[in-house]
Amino acid sequence: MTLVPTFTEDVSTLESDGFGTRSLTWWGVIGFMVIEAVGFALLFAAYFFLMSHEQSWAPQPWHPPDLLAGTLFTIVIVLSEIPNTFAKKAALRLDLEAERRLLPWVIGFGVVLLVIRGFEFNSLNIFWYDNAYGSVLWAILLMHTVHLATDFGDTFVLWRLIETPHGQQKRRFVDTEENALYWRFVWGSWLPCYVLIYWLPRFFQ
Amino acid sequence: MSTGTLLRDGPDLTGPKLESALNFTWSRPRGLIGWLSSVDHKEIGARYIVTALIFLALAGAMALHMRLQLMLPGNRVMSAELYNTSFTMHGTTMMFLFAVPVMQGVQIYLTPLMVGTRNMAFPRLTAFSYYVYLGGGLFLWTCHFLGFGPDDGWFNYVPLSGPQYGIGKHSDVWAQTVTFTEVAALAVAVALTTTVLKQRAPGMTLARMPLFVWATLVTSLMVIFSMPAVELDSMLLLSDRLVGTQFFNPAEHGDPLLWQHLFWFFGHPEVYIIFLPATGFISEIVTTFSRRSMFAYPIVVLALVATGILAFGLWVHHMFATGLPRVGYSFYTAASIAVSIPTGLQIFCWIATIWQGRPRFEVPFLYIIAFLFTFVIGGLSGVIIAAVPLDLQLHDTYFIVAHFHYVLIGGAVFPLLGAITYWYPKLTGRMMSPVLGKISFWMIFLGFQLAFFPMHISGILGMPRRVYTYPAGMGLELPNMLSTIGAFAVGMAVLLFVLNLIISFGGEEAGDNPWDAASLEWATSSPPPGYNFAHVPAVESRTPLWDNRDHLPVVYGLKVEERELLLTTLVSAASETREPSATPSIWPFISALALGVVFVCSVFSPWAILFGVVPLAIALIAWFWPKKPEPSEEAVIA
Amino acid sequence: MSFSGFQTMLGGDALESSNFLTLFTVFMVVCTVMYLLVVGALLIGLWRSRSDREPLTVESGRHHETAPAFRTALIGWTALTFIGLTALTIASFFTDRSNASVAENPRLTLKITGKQWWWDVEYTTQDASRTIRTANEIHLPVGVPVEVSLQASDVIHSLWIPNLAGKQDLIPGRVTDIQLLPRKIGTYRGQCAEFCGIQHTHMALDVTVESKADFEKWVAAQQRVAFAPTTPLQLAGYRYFTTRECSACHNVTGTPASGTVGPDLTHFASRRSIGAGTLPMNTGNLYGWVADPQSQKPGNHMPTIGLEPNDLHAVVAYLETLK
Repeated sequence: MTLVPTFTEDVSTLESDGFGTRSLTWWGVIGFMVIEAVGFALLFAAYFFLMSHEQSWAPQPWHPPDLLAGTLFTIVIVLSEIPNTFAKKAALRLDLEAERRLLPWVIGFGVVLLVIRGFEFNSLNIFWYDNAYGSVLWAILLMHTVHLATDFGDTFVLWRLIETPHGQQKRRFVDTEENALYWRFVWGSWLPCYVLIYWLPRFFQ
Repeated sequence: MSTGTLLRDGPDLTGPKLESALNFTWSRPRGLIGWLSSVDHKEIGARYIVTALIFLALAGAMALHMRLQLMLPGNRVMSAELYNTSFTMHGTTMMFLFAVPVMQGVQIYLTPLMVGTRNMAFPRLTAFSYYVYLGGGLFLWTCHFLGFGPDDGWFNYVPLSGPQYGIGKHSDVWAQTVTFTEVAALAVAVALTTTVLKQRAPGMTLARMPLFVWATLVTSLMVIFSMPAVELDSMLLLSDRLVGTQFFNPAEHGDPLLWQHLFWFFGHPEVYIIFLPATGFISEIVTTFSRRSMFAYPIVVLALVATGILAFGLWVHHMFATGLPRVGYSFYTAASIAVSIPTGLQIFCWIATIWQGRPRFEVPFLYIIAFLFTFVIGGLSGVIIAAVPLDLQLHDTYFIVAHFHYVLIGGAVFPLLGAITYWYPKLTGRMMSPVLGKISFWMIFLGFQLAFFPMHISGILGMPRRVYTYPAGMGLELPNMLSTIGAFAVGMAVLLFVLNLIISFGGEEAGDNPWDAASLEWATSSPPPGYNFAHVPAVESRTPLWDNRDHLPVVYGLKVEERELLLTTLVSAASETREPSATPSIWPFISALALGVVFVCSVFSPWAILFGVVPLAIALIAWFWPKKPEPSEEAVIA
Repeated sequence: MSFSGFQTMLGGDALESSNFLTLFTVFMVVCTVMYLLVVGALLIGLWRSRSDREPLTVESGRHHETAPAFRTALIGWTALTFIGLTALTIASFFTDRSNASVAENPRLTLKITGKQWWWDVEYTTQDASRTIRTANEIHLPVGVPVEVSLQASDVIHSLWIPNLAGKQDLIPGRVTDIQLLPRKIGTYRGQCAEFCGIQHTHMALDVTVESKADFEKWVAAQQRVAFAPTTPLQLAGYRYFTTRECSACHNVTGTPASGTVGPDLTHFASRRSIGAGTLPMNTGNLYGWVADPQSQKPGNHMPTIGLEPNDLHAVVAYLETLK
């Protein structure tokens, strides 16, 4: 550097690895959440575009999806926010023991959800190849399942990670906190999916 | 916290001693593995740029081939089949493999330097994105050479590209190329956005950000909001083709227009994703060569943001001929015309800056003048086709071909060539030859006009686009002949430009700041060291190097033996936290490879997605799993 | 303002295309003025910067300063572009209103179906037996508003007859429409304007705008069944055509040939071109087309059968009777 430096501020005393907006990865998570939210929104737009051509929705003579599995899934995924919130709070107060206790609960919920999800595909009353209505229902459900499975995998790996000595690093608490944030996106994005898959085909028959 | 024992930069550790320590920390292993493991934004950015230029050359050669075919009516240089493949490959390559990646490449290279940080956010993700992009390009061109490249046009309309009429793998290749490139572009956009928002040098408030950085921020956000649309669209198409969904099949409640809406929801912003970085180049070059700050900086920023937002409301103007409700026509026209107001404001500000300054007519500046002469024609022909009654005639003719080449070449490639000439000394430490530069400049500028201006005429005289030949007697002979001559002149000039790029590696030494420019990238050496800046600069104005002529205010206290970044606050860029920066890793490359295998195989069987996830997941876990507890990790629990 | 040319936007041969010319001229004038303003300002700016005045540059330390006149000019420029663009939008609105007026009371309706790579044309009337079916050509009476209903049976096409009107897409699963009000007698050419596959280039349409009397004559001729063959050669051609490959795809009304896959050939020889505008209609081209359509229009859906020379002579002789 040919320009002579003049020293102004000492940054060595600043905190390292902040939470929330102070963390780079938090911004990365938000970025990808926006991308995926746009993806969901566009798929919903495609749903309404296809729906707008129809006299009835579900189109005759198809029956709307059965409610049981989807409703059960919705209840369970909302309940999963309880261990998720506790895990997030544990991360924020840097409580590793609590984290190690709570993440298995989140994972347990994930397992239950994935099982119910299997039954959901079975309750749509239509296949993806039958018509565009069927295609779009399957697409929404599948797109959400990809998110569910991905975050389930993430959480599992994170749990294994904090069970190692790496869990003591502050970085891992930040990771846990951001994982909890992403889980909120997973269940938050489900709620409109639930309405579109299960309820609109009932209302507009 | 036990931080006292660590080496940190500062008044006690500066100069060569600091630099050699930082060099060690920020270096990567040698050899092929080391090369593939690089997470240096400068290396990745340069790879993006070089790769994109190679694709430009391929697609450009294809254009020349097509111009030979169109030189004469009823010509038989190319078969219909080859011509259709060629214009599809030309458009797909230019849009997805050249224009967006080259702009992102320059952004990856320059943004961290311009905001005064040591590396960009998520450097491994950025490295991953490069390999994904490269994979997409190799996939497309390999399939093309094997005879099943796409052939339905770069916007791949259904049903022509659908399961019933798009026979063979052509259309799957197109869709999967898009998946590759958009995954890459989205990853880069997230990394760039984060870099701009959180890693600006202390004091570089939003209001002091270089305009190129503003353009980077706006385009990255546009990528985030628009590219999911084409990603989704190509997935719906693939699922129609591979597993029999019915999204676009009108016989089964689907609709071919769904394709067009989703495509153009991405496709129109895409144009601005290419153009806005170019406006960033222009603002930087105009400032430097006019020797003064940008006139009405806040207006330019507002114009950038307004363009970015308006771009999302215009997609329908690509679909005027599909039978939209007539009551909406005037609204679509007004909306499409409105986008020219912010662009007009930017043009005013550039001219006002030049007017009040004292321009130096170096090659980069010449390209900016050429830009103004050319782009304004494209902008005004854009106003013409925004009017529905005019567009219904001009749509899908050579007038449109002329329009978008004026906008994209005049509006983005001219500034890009200027930018390459301008920043070449920063990348290489050498100046490009101004003599060769000026010769190729004039040939490109004049050749371009000769190639593309007559296309307005051939369009008006009734020549639709995407025809492999045309009948004699319609008056199309002369304009087509001129276009072909002009195209070859441009081709020669580009060769000369590339020659200049190569021989200038041995050119005159540049020094840190050869143009006496004002922004931070010129405060470090050319080429910059792996760590970019020995001390993180502190910024006090919009033109830091002009307002402190002999010294550079810096902050200090970052780790020297580990990669560490300084994060600052969102708006006012006050120092906030420190954060480690990723070290070189081979796993992004392996992950990209695993993802590439999934994408390629899924063209042939949807089961590939299911089986391909396993190696991909393993690679990703290996990527993110910390390798060893670093000795200096600031463990919070003893 | 009008130019000769059978496929040009400058023809102005119908209401919409002459409206186009007027509006296009208005836009060109406004845009040219805008362009000259921008380029003029740039050139003056570049020239002034070489003068002696002290510029506001980094050399003088005044690089952050701005002459106040530029702020005023910026406001003026914004106002000017705003007014200019608003005026253009309004002009566009009125043109559109004028174009829409044709739609109000059409006196002739026809239906065009786009197929890879030809146009199926049907003139619909109340009396189904008087419906005309033809291909790759339309005839229109001058001065009569026409409503054209558009469909596509395979992929998206776009009907574009620049001398008469702008384009309109034909989209599978939808019915779109376009209105024409031809004002000048003449022969024009239309072409598909949306890429539709390998032979998109050769998907043209011959358009004849004629006096009402001539149009009536044409309609009457089209409503007749096909002429019967008279010479032995024609008869041989007729036999080949109606019993072999040809009739699987083509219809000739009044004969057993009733295929619907390819163009209706009942009055084929009265048309101006072969293969949707690929070749002008004449005996030589007819030989070329029937003998080897794949080399004339590679990739089109009519196979090269490889007729024996005798059969070829006969089929061509028969086709030439289909006036």
